[in-house]
Amino acid sequence: MSIALTTQLICFSVLALIIVIGSLGVILLENIVYSAFLLGGVFMSVAGLYLLLNASFVAAAQVLVYVGAVNVLILFAIMLVNKKESLKPKEYLNSRKLISTLICITLLSLLVRVDLSKVWNIANPESSIGEEATVRIGEHLFSDYLLPFEVASVLLLMAMIGAIVLARRDVMSEDISTGLPVKQELIEKSNEQILIEKN
Amino acid sequence: MNNGIDLEYSFNEILKSIGVSQQIAHIIWMPLPMLLVLISAVIGVLVTVWLERKISAAAQQRIGPEYAGALGVLQPIADGLKLLVKEDIIPAKADSLLFTAGPILVLVPVILSWLIVPFGQNLMISNVGIGIFLWIALSSIQPIGLLMSGYASNNKYSLLGGLRAAAQSISYEIPLALSVLAIVMMTNSLSTVDIVNQQNTAGIFSWNVWRQPIGFVIFWICALAECERLPFDLPEAEEELVAGYQTEYAGMKFALFYLGSYINLILSALLVSVLYLGGWGFPIPVETFSAFLKIPLTSPTIQVITATVGIVMTILKAYFLVFIAILLRWTTPRVRIDQLLDLGWKFLLPISLANLLLTAGLKLALPKFFGG
Repeated sequence: MSIALTTQLICFSVLALIIVIGSLGVILLENIVYSAFLLGGVFMSVAGLYLLLNASFVAAAQVLVYVGAVNVLILFAIMLVNKKESLKPKEYLNSRKLISTLICITLLSLLVRVDLSKVWNIANPESSIGEEATVRIGEHLFSDYLLPFEVASVLLLMAMIGAIVLARRDVMSEDISTGLPVKQELIEKSNEQILIEKN
Repeated sequence: MNNGIDLEYSFNEILKSIGVSQQIAHIIWMPLPMLLVLISAVIGVLVTVWLERKISAAAQQRIGPEYAGALGVLQPIADGLKLLVKEDIIPAKADSLLFTAGPILVLVPVILSWLIVPFGQNLMISNVGIGIFLWIALSSIQPIGLLMSGYASNNKYSLLGGLRAAAQSISYEIPLALSVLAIVMMTNSLSTVDIVNQQNTAGIFSWNVWRQPIGFVIFWICALAECERLPFDLPEAEEELVAGYQTEYAGMKFALFYLGSYINLILSALLVSVLYLGGWGFPIPVETFSAFLKIPLTSPTIQVITATVGIVMTILKAYFLVFIAILLRWTTPRVRIDQLLDLGWKFLLPISLANLLLTAGLKLALPKFFGG
């Protein structure tokens, strides 16, 4: 085996390990901030996998969009809210766990079966276009994928307008869903005394 | 096209001639340029710190560092040594894991971005195809490190500083990327080498700063904001936040932040010179010189001179910009957070979008001057 192949194999194993362990950590860790940081790590490792597949543009876009924007926003939201809340215990917890485990195992077995079905059209590594991919992605986006591209941008615009409407409730005199008049004053927390007064 | 000196090729040829296989030669070669760039980045930081001290002193009519070496040139090394031997304190109620990982996450992407800075036709670590886009992607990781250290310090000033840093760098990333996009549109390539080559057809007159004056100003403002330099140093505004996300840090961990911010400043200056000021190009093209002196471009002397001039020009342009950044830092007041966000979202973003549209129009109307 050549040095390049060995390096690739080592990189792949490490990345795959980080992804599996990291995503388990995202779900299982108690501290939500740790979960958010681990999510960033998982996104980075996925970018590394893209890099191993010779898709450097997709890898950089993954870092820019998922790590640089999505994950930072998640962290931002967590740190701004940062509210300790004791959750109510759920009823029928054991049967819920059982059912979800069953569903997960079924899905996993389906995925494994799909993976083993050998219908995959594996591209020849010699024919990979590498750096040319950026140009090719652009061509596809502006020809045969133009409609999905535009629809996605309209969707993002709608989401943005929705967010502005929700955030700027002061410009609306009535609630959109219920039709009731909206309270115009700022939502404020009650003032907590930080320093304990000396008696 | 004249390819200039290719050190990697010559290195591999030498190793092959003493009987080392191609793969081994490649592996021996790989760490060399990385090490060289790392060392030059650190030396660049030392020089910048000294310049900062001296220029700030001049701006405030002081003398500045004087006793450590001639004109105080050894002062940054003394600073570094001091930070190195300082006690490394982790606050008792801080989250020690995240507290340690934060500074590393801030520094590593900045150093990785040096991958794409060209000092000559072949004088860079790697001419990656996605070039400048890699820098934009990597610089977006930094706010995570800042948020991490802000949160882990368990201090409200730190947290506020971290949040401010993240908000600032997200807001200024967009106009920054849009002004880079205008350049990329003119060059038809993301590679930094192609961007510089396109600017070196007619010396100083073909530099992008003439074709993209608006983009140049936007990029410079955004780069300063991304580096958290003074008109925009809100994340560490000392009058309000003690020192922002760095408040609880001491010793080597603080040094990592310090190093990161200065490496980032030099990197931004280098990229401005690459994108807008012709990179390694001399104001008068080398081809004109060699034609005037009737020496062929392929002769070894000319090649060595070209490479040297290239490195010197890149560094000179970058340090000119660093000088302006330092002067700005010591002469301008800090903006307020609402002014900062207003400037980013309501002024720079629309202007950079208009600049993009203008560039596209000019590219179609005058393909000769704006890259066909």
